[in-house]
Amino acid sequence: MKPLSEFQVVNHSVPRGDGIAKVTGGAIYTSDMTLEHMAWAKILRSPFARARIISIDTSEARKQPGVIDVLTGYDLKGLHPYYGHGVKDHPLIAIGQVRFVGEPVAAVIAETELDAQEALAWINIEYEEMTAILDVDTAIAEGTPRIHETDFADGSFRGFDDFPGAAGNICQAVHVGWGEVDAAFASAAHVAEGEFYFPMVYAYAMEPYVAIADFDAKGHLTVYSSAQHPFMVRHDVAHVFGLPLNSVRVIVPYIGGGYGSKSYTKIEPLVAACSWKSGRPVKLQLSVEEAFLTTRGDDARVRIRTATDANGILVARQATIHLNTGAYAENSPMVCRKAANRIVGPYRIPNVKIDCFAVYTNTVPASSYRGLGGAQVTFPGESQMDELAEKASCDPIEFRLKNLAQSGESIHPGMRPIDADIPGDIREAAKMLHMDRPVTPGHGRSVCCSASDAGAHPVTLAMVQVYADGAVSVLSGSTEIGQGSHTVLAQIAAEEMGVPLEKVRLIGSDTAVTLFERSTGASRTTTLMGRAVLEACREAIAQIKVMAQEVFAAPAENLVEERGGLRSGETFLTWAQILEKYFKMEGCSIVGRAYLRKAGDLNLIPVFWEIGVVGAEISLDEETGMISLDSLVTIGDVGLAINPAMTEGQDLGAATMGLGAGLFEELIYDGQQLMNGSMLEYRVPRFSDLAKNIDMKLVQNRDGVGPYGAKGGGEGAVNPISPCIANALYRASGVRMRTLPLTPERVWKALKEKKGKAL
Amino acid sequence: MNLGFELNGKPATLEIQPRETLAEVLRGRCRLTGVKISCEAQVCGSCTVLVDGLPVSACTLLAYEVRGKRVTTIEGVAEESGKLHPIQQAFLDHFSFQCGFCTPGMILAAKALLDDDSNVTDEKIVAHMNGNLCRCTGYLPILKAILQAADEMRGQK
Repeated sequence: MKPLSEFQVVNHSVPRGDGIAKVTGGAIYTSDMTLEHMAWAKILRSPFARARIISIDTSEARKQPGVIDVLTGYDLKGLHPYYGHGVKDHPLIAIGQVRFVGEPVAAVIAETELDAQEALAWINIEYEEMTAILDVDTAIAEGTPRIHETDFADGSFRGFDDFPGAAGNICQAVHVGWGEVDAAFASAAHVAEGEFYFPMVYAYAMEPYVAIADFDAKGHLTVYSSAQHPFMVRHDVAHVFGLPLNSVRVIVPYIGGGYGSKSYTKIEPLVAACSWKSGRPVKLQLSVEEAFLTTRGDDARVRIRTATDANGILVARQATIHLNTGAYAENSPMVCRKAANRIVGPYRIPNVKIDCFAVYTNTVPASSYRGLGGAQVTFPGESQMDELAEKASCDPIEFRLKNLAQSGESIHPGMRPIDADIPGDIREAAKMLHMDRPVTPGHGRSVCCSASDAGAHPVTLAMVQVYADGAVSVLSGSTEIGQGSHTVLAQIAAEEMGVPLEKVRLIGSDTAVTLFERSTGASRTTTLMGRAVLEACREAIAQIKVMAQEVFAAPAENLVEERGGLRSGETFLTWAQILEKYFKMEGCSIVGRAYLRKAGDLNLIPVFWEIGVVGAEISLDEETGMISLDSLVTIGDVGLAINPAMTEGQDLGAATMGLGAGLFEELIYDGQQLMNGSMLEYRVPRFSDLAKNIDMKLVQNRDGVGPYGAKGGGEGAVNPISPCIANALYRASGVRMRTLPLTPERVWKALKEKKGKAL
Repeated sequence: MNLGFELNGKPATLEIQPRETLAEVLRGRCRLTGVKISCEAQVCGSCTVLVDGLPVSACTLLAYEVRGKRVTTIEGVAEESGKLHPIQQAFLDHFSFQCGFCTPGMILAAKALLDDDSNVTDEKIVAHMNGNLCRCTGYLPILKAILQAADEMRGQK
């Protein structure tokens, strides 16, 4: 393996490729785009959580100034209006029924956004309200009507072994287990048991959902969208309109944040239907309030128990997880699968039984949220580790070290063994947090960890174009969502091709130009697309080496590869020079390509284990219940950081996002109505929530399957931060919190109750 | 109605509707799309522009309010030669953005602070910047960039 010191571009914190555009206002997002003759759509949304649509009268709306057309569920003849990559249960606009407050019921297409908005008031809809099913317990109770009265077809995504799931209002059920759990609990020395709740959260990507759809005269459809997974959008939209894949072109400009909330298909089928109906290019720009009504994270109720033997060695874990999935499946079947896997944690546990259910309710559909189930289950899992440590009279760090899987050890039978040094990470975090120093009264410290089966399903195709003038283009279907993929992929291409970084250009994402990449999420891009780009470069070089034999008039064994080209005796030619001499024509380029799939060393799932390790010291104001962060430490066990500064940026960003759910963020329903669906009422972390001391470290053991041993790192730190704070709070105050977020009110009440009991 | 103001150092005269916000005018009529719209409620700071040097949420300010005033957007921060402002350069140096959607507002809010007084402390920066949200970075890289830019701007004075 090439030593770190020999890398010219990789493993260096080079400036971001999109940097100048983003600091000068030159970066164009979908929300900044307009097309010639473009019309605008606005959406009328359901005021009821569950109701039948008796009639929709659009005649008055059609007469309003500027109105071109109106689209409702009655206008979809000839289309396949239900989409969904997991379960095709999602109508692109309500058909005959509404299932949550905020569901799109009608769309006005007009010359201006204002015209469209004003015409909405002229649409008359008659509903017949039905009893709404608003919580998980009601949804799964016997005799409760089904939210979806029919069974739906599978989506394109077939990554689940038991899919589509279950019946009634259970959208998906996943069961994970091994060993003999009951016997293990019966003979255990220490058992901790409890019920935990992780709140309903909203990712708040600052650019709300937006898409432009344009059916051209030939019937080809172009969609511009702020979407993480353009190829998944293409699949769904092509299905809706019965189009071949090459008739749907999805282009993703810069994306204003996603964090999972822009994964898979959102408003694109609806916008495309507006263009189909009106014959115009149509833009739909949602407001943040509408984005709140589009996708959220699954809230989770987790009943969990964990046991050790007399020596503090874990013997069993059992959990029942109920995810409140909302009205449509979206990506919750996958969240369900991942939550079930991830609640085991990075520990060696011989007896495990996990039952996880994604449950339909008449609330905003839940889908991916950074960490995909990891945050929801690491909170109970790691909280319980501390509870057990106390019962076993063991230091929480020592307790974890005793039970953590070592590198190469398997935690899930049949899955890839752990490819990280988690005990080393924990020791390092404890050192950085100065766990050995005495704690000020009112303060508490904790270190927590998580292991996520990351990378999703490995199908990733890439191309590089090598030009005879020394330029290189990387054609990548991974979206640049801010994580810095366009910089990292360029670094890999520059490293491999031996060209200056400035000579590398990133093209994408554009489904008509770039090859298939399943998704941009699950921290996969550096690992999978990075490796595909590396292999595509090597494949281009292999082609040039064949050409070189003619150019040099020398057999292969006389040609020695040096960085950037080939040498034969005194003569060195760059790859570009060889191409120029071979084609004897300016402007030529060749294509190198790589097709990664679930095979070879990518056959074992997961692609890699994503490790989250964070430590925190909190201070508690007992008068108010307010928690503030004194210190935050993160460890990024990433194999190799292609761009160390950006990698640390992922850790801090993920930890901060997790801090939001830990301390402030919670969507609150009062009956059918989401009560705090605006940024005035939904509190996310701000500048003033920044920890006083922040220390970040990258661990680079080059133990991943990605390029040069790299692994992903975008989601790790989001998972363990909330239990870390809850555990630190326990150590500061003796109060064990099992419901997030830890708002001052909630903490203050718990402190009062504890004092009351003590009296 | 007619609106005359100074936009990024140059006089501008536009025909606008009385109900239009400054953000709508800048984005729609002037094609200055560096003005980003997010919360539309003066919470997130992504639409921040400078009006007579002070940070303002363009999403909720009626455009006619800026008649006769100086408006600066992110497009007017770098020098005409393309040379970046020290704050822009510092944001590059410290990786102070990821998706970049909050960045124009962040840079302009920071500019208002440092133009007024570049003798800043961490506390002053945090207090001033608390009305600008970022979902990607965790804020520390932005704080570091503003400190670096402050150093440089003090040196220039």
